[in-house]
Amino acid sequence: MEPVEVKQGIYWVGGIDWDLRNFHGYITQRGSTYNAYLIVDEKIVLVDTVKHYLFDEMLARIRKVVDPSKIDYIVANHVEMDHSGCLVGMAEIAEKAVVLTSPKGEEGLRRHFKKDLNFRIVQNGETVNIGKRDLQFFHMPMVHWPDSMATYCPQEKLLLPNDAFGQHIATAERFDDEVPFDILREEAAKYYANIVLPYGSQVQKVLHALSSLEIDMIGPSHGIIWRSHIPDILAAYEKWANNDTDKKALIVYDTMWGSTRKMAYALKDGLEECGIPVTMRNLELTHISDIMADVLESRAILIGSPTLNKGMMPTIGALLTYLTGLCPKKRTGMAFGSYGWAEKSVGEIEEAMKAMKWDVPIDGPRIRYVPDPEELEEVRETGKQLGAIINK
Amino acid sequence: MDKYVCTICGYVYDPENGDPDKGVPAGTPFEKVPDDWVCPICGAGKDDFEKEA
Repeated sequence: MEPVEVKQGIYWVGGIDWDLRNFHGYITQRGSTYNAYLIVDEKIVLVDTVKHYLFDEMLARIRKVVDPSKIDYIVANHVEMDHSGCLVGMAEIAEKAVVLTSPKGEEGLRRHFKKDLNFRIVQNGETVNIGKRDLQFFHMPMVHWPDSMATYCPQEKLLLPNDAFGQHIATAERFDDEVPFDILREEAAKYYANIVLPYGSQVQKVLHALSSLEIDMIGPSHGIIWRSHIPDILAAYEKWANNDTDKKALIVYDTMWGSTRKMAYALKDGLEECGIPVTMRNLELTHISDIMADVLESRAILIGSPTLNKGMMPTIGALLTYLTGLCPKKRTGMAFGSYGWAEKSVGEIEEAMKAMKWDVPIDGPRIRYVPDPEELEEVRETGKQLGAIINK
Repeated sequence: MDKYVCTICGYVYDPENGDPDKGVPAGTPFEKVPDDWVCPICGAGKDDFEKEA
């Protein structure tokens, strides 16, 4: 349990959660980390803490550098308990420590911990001197909670933006040039899609504010620290925040007796004839948090459900609840599905797509019971029509 | 017409623009926005809005 010196006098003292597989419904196949940073100057500063069950691990790392009771400031960039979970415990050990947080941070921390900690509110842009270094605080409302804040050290060109630029991945390595970049981009994309996606316009504001800062290291609160791929991750955030997508399609479906599945594959064939790459996701086999990663960069999203009882299948209902909450924009949508006697599911899916302001240019195909070859041919043609629209 | 700020997330309701996506036409003063309207960014209710200083 060694700390890692990320810059002279600045240490990563977080915790590694190798066992984490489900983060409030977001499947984290690679685990995660909660990153806390210790800055040793005339004042000793701890930026964020870790999830409650990793308190001892964080403390052990801090003790290798300083006596934790000597900490002067604890920065709470974010109220959520994976970062604030050891705040009360730390405040008990570092009795004189002042907790620096945003106004919304104080409100939220009081609601969480019911404690009168030694709070000091920092305003947006405010600077606190800690000796040779300054810490400047930037409020980032809704990236991704109202309290979210970034801590910046101008002398070190170091940005600690909490959840922004994070990835759920547990690794022995701490830096972006020690892990294959494609893996990090994949996890950063999945993180953005499942956590940050609704707040694109707020992310744009943050990126604009950061563009005037000198930054050579970004230490998020989950995953690895960016130092060699900063332009890449900033460009990716710019793209995602703009809801810019690639010319490709995603088909998500569930099926009861295989008819909707046949339709899904016929649509795929039609789209592929137009040169559009298609990703197929069977909801019975793929988790919605993995599907969000596919949604993030796909221009066309096709969702298929048979009618079960008087509506769509509950798996599709759950997907749409999650999807409309995360609300990706600037997508082209199409619904499809089979039915037995009363047809209901396709219209329900189209309604959800329209609520997200998606373009739904084609009335989705509906087939009674089991499609025959001629009907599948028509569905394939519908896929081609959609492909032509995407290619425009 | 006054602008109103969401005290939760900082979104500014500008009556000149309204919120047409949610059925509030441009030119609607905040007082006339339906009571069940919510902040398009964070979902907070009208009660969480304050007049912009």
